Amino acid sequence: MSDHPSRYHHVLPEIVEQLASDKPFGAAKMQATRYSYADAMLELGERNPDVVVLDADVSKSMRTNDFAKRFPERSFNFGIAEQNMMAAAAGMATTGLIPFASTYAVFASLRALDQVRNSIHYPRLNVKIAASHSGITPGPDGVTHQGQEDLSLLRAIANSTVVAPADPVSAKLAVHAAAAYDGPVYLSFTRDPVPTIYSPDFPLRLGRAVVVRDGWDATIIALRDLVAHALVAAARLAEAGLEVRVIDCHTLKPLDVECVLRAAHETGAIVTAENNVIFGGLGSAVAEVLVENHPIPMQRIGVRDIFTESGPYLALLDKYGMSARHMAEAVRQVMARKRRA
Amino acid sequence: MHQVSSAARTEIGPSIEELKGTAQVIRRDIITMIHAAQAGHPGGSLSATDIVTALYFRIMRLDPADPHWPDRDRFILSKGHACPVWYAALAERGFFDKTHLATLRKLDSILQGHADMKKTPGIDMTVGSLGQGICAGLGMALAGKLHGKDYHVFVMIGDGESQEGSVWEAALAAPRWKLDNLTVIVDNNGIQNDTFTDDIMPVEPLAEKWRAFRWNVIEIDGHKMEEIVPALESCLYRDPPDSAGAEGHQPEDCDTTVTRRPGIPTVIIAKTVKGRGVSFMENVPAWHGAAPNDAQAQAALAEFAEGLR
Ligand SMILES: Cc1ncc(C[n+]2csc(CCOP(=O)(O)OP(=O)(O)O)c2C)c(N)n1
Ligand SMILES: [Mg+2]
Repeated sequence: MSDHPSRYHHVLPEIVEQLASDKPFGAAKMQATRYSYADAMLELGERNPDVVVLDADVSKSMRTNDFAKRFPERSFNFGIAEQNMMAAAAGMATTGLIPFASTYAVFASLRALDQVRNSIHYPRLNVKIAASHSGITPGPDGVTHQGQEDLSLLRAIANSTVVAPADPVSAKLAVHAAAAYDGPVYLSFTRDPVPTIYSPDFPLRLGRAVVVRDGWDATIIALRDLVAHALVAAARLAEAGLEVRVIDCHTLKPLDVECVLRAAHETGAIVTAENNVIFGGLGSAVAEVLVENHPIPMQRIGVRDIFTESGPYLALLDKYGMSARHMAEAVRQVMARKRRA
Repeated sequence: MHQVSSAARTEIGPSIEELKGTAQVIRRDIITMIHAAQAGHPGGSLSATDIVTALYFRIMRLDPADPHWPDRDRFILSKGHACPVWYAALAERGFFDKTHLATLRKLDSILQGHADMKKTPGIDMTVGSLGQGICAGLGMALAGKLHGKDYHVFVMIGDGESQEGSVWEAALAAPRWKLDNLTVIVDNNGIQNDTFTDDIMPVEPLAEKWRAFRWNVIEIDGHKMEEIVPALESCLYRDPPDSAGAEGHQPEDCDTTVTRRPGIPTVIIAKTVKGRGVSFMENVPAWHGAAPNDAQAQAALAEFAEGLR
């Protein structure tokens, strides 16, 4: 059934159509956003001769080897040496090059974090960090390959811009937006395929969250792969008569404070949803804004204080409390608290 | 000293010929489990198989019934993505039931995609982020000295892994602390994730690098049991079982010259073939992290059956 198609913005009609069904993304084109990144880099490579791609022996997995084939002289594979790659990217940026340093989120945000902070962000150099396998999207590989803290860690660093696009369409747009911005940008991509939910008119501007579904009873603010699940939660709640706003907060930092506060004032209850630890990421960022400006009932969906495990990506989302049903339950709870207040 | 409770520690160790047979059984289990999981890293598991077999079935002092025995020898597969070989060896050695092998990488499994010491009996260190297992091994070797223990620590690293700076931080530290109770084995298969190591970031000449870091260097063919066993025995911190007598003894089917020099750690640089034992996987970079489909798994198992006969 299609619930109020007019309430959705930039979401493909065939997606809206099936959101509340058993197979919400049965008709969706699935693609891992790491590949959207690789596609965007081919376009950027043609367009801008200053763009260079740095790899750390996962170019096959991120398909940046396509860029290497097309622009061999602008591609540098450092081998399994992420720290060297990040600091070298900083050095390249001092000369006017625009390096895209590509690796998995755990290694970008943890192994090389010192280089990322001290050599890239402190001097505010124009390095883009492209991180695949963010959150627990590389399910079967297990904990050592699941970047469940990357958003929090990068958000804590001064001068940082942190972007976590929801689908293949917005992921490509995010890469182009990052390239156009002068300064460090951390781009967070998925290992596993996610549904294409947006039409090409998706207005991706850094720092501007997008309301993708209208609603007045509560708001779900989500990012990266959990936006799709938030849409499913909202569609199911609509069947029960609840109108829930869904915000794609693709730029975690700088946070779109105005959009968050508008949702707080207009809907009075907020659930945040991130495939990331609940410390220091989206939930924390939204809570900080609410506490200082307009405290309302709020609940965080995310990886609790735990390392997860190996398993299929969607099964892990469900086991660790991050699927649509958990979001719907959280919405009911914040709404109950709103009514009591 | 721990009272030797397990027969495994006193009986005569397997012969070179028996070890070769065991290695084929382990290869079979590797393919079976990666096929069942439809994910995992066959190439680097198969290149490491003969060495891991020698360690677990002939060289190391262990007790499968007591995986936390403080005096046990330690092994760390620093190239943790190859953990199917570790799981297969531990299961074959009796650390846990073989039925677990079919659960690799599945929800609620004791066998994680990269090895987890808190979930799997016999795993001495959690691994998966390359370049760290060797540092953990260094720590275990330092602790062994501090506690006056005679256990030995073996660490296996990859040639691609050798690109990580932390590998060379550990390489610098071990001679400084005279860690002759530490042996690093390089599974030098010439291939990393993206393609051939020489085309990404060459690491050769490895022997010269390790020598310059003041290590005792042994170079072997990592698939010849006749070379693997004496190389591993020759650098054991305590005397090899035969001369010691107390810990059981080994068949005298290979020549072990003790090359160990007091106070000097040893690195064994093992020339290996990635995907060794499965003709269509051998030396093919694509088999670094790809699972065989049904037909490929069957073909691989048929080759092992042939080899076992
Ligand atoms: C720090 C780190 N960076 C990247 C990876 C991803 N990765 C897993 S295996 C691998 C290649 C390893 O090559 P090598 O060490 O030669 O192992 P082998 O050939 O024995 O499989 C890479 C890059 C990782 N696990 N850890
Ligand atoms: Mg290798």
